[in-house]
Amino acid sequence: MSMKTSTRQVDGVTIVDCSGRITLGEGSIILRDTIRDLLSKGQKKILLNLGDVNYIDSSGIGELVSAFTTVRNQGGELKLLNLTKKVHDLLQITKLYTVFDVKDDETAALKAFAAK
Amino acid sequence: MTDHRVSYTLDSTLETVDSAEQTATRIAADAGFDEDEVMKIAMAVREAAVNAVLHGNAYDPNKKVKVEFERTLRDLVITIRDQGTGLDVSKIPDPLAPENLLKTSGRGIFLIRSFMDEVQIHPSQTGTEIKLIKHVHGTAAGDKEASR
Repeated sequence: MSMKTSTRQVDGVTIVDCSGRITLGEGSIILRDTIRDLLSKGQKKILLNLGDVNYIDSSGIGELVSAFTTVRNQGGELKLLNLTKKVHDLLQITKLYTVFDVKDDETAALKAFAAK
Repeated sequence: MTDHRVSYTLDSTLETVDSAEQTATRIAADAGFDEDEVMKIAMAVREAAVNAVLHGNAYDPNKKVKVEFERTLRDLVITIRDQGTGLDVSKIPDPLAPENLLKTSGRGIFLIRSFMDEVQIHPSQTGTEIKLIKHVHGTAAGDKEASR
């Protein structure tokens, strides 16, 4: 299953609902383009909902890191929501779990943006 | 039980990466590994295939990637060879080092080593061979592969 994204706005935060695989090629490109598009529109509070992402490879991990640093470098904020166990474990072994701000509840995540 | 071996010679394309991953999933499942182990084996194979296609052969249409699966009594062994200029293992940075954590690449070999029991990398001037080994635990259903 290839990667798909859809976006919605809640309380000034752009929630990107992702599904499928974030892997080398199409999946990584779609994520990159989505983040670039949001930043170009000035939408810098981004919550990546990965609840339906069942697979990420090292390229996909790199794309998440790239998204995180790109948003941060533009004065924005990117958080991750609803990690599946596979993605959670991958971020743990690569020591990225503590780098990203990971949430498992959408309401709490939105409040975390508002608190800044 | 006799050993079983199957090999594929593939183009240097992203389709090869997907194909190697899917074949690894099937063979690992047939060998009796559980779902979690199958995922890890398939991901290790995917990462090795990415290295071969992207870094080894650099998508060169004249260069091939050879993927070989071998099931022995003790192990599932997957060997992936490219026709690049040879991977310099000493130049692979530690992706867990604080200064590398936010790098966008360089985690493939680390993930392979994390997911497999043994990893042997043999670079040469005519390409890199990486051997991924997963030990078979118990009396797995590896004989299924014999009927293929």
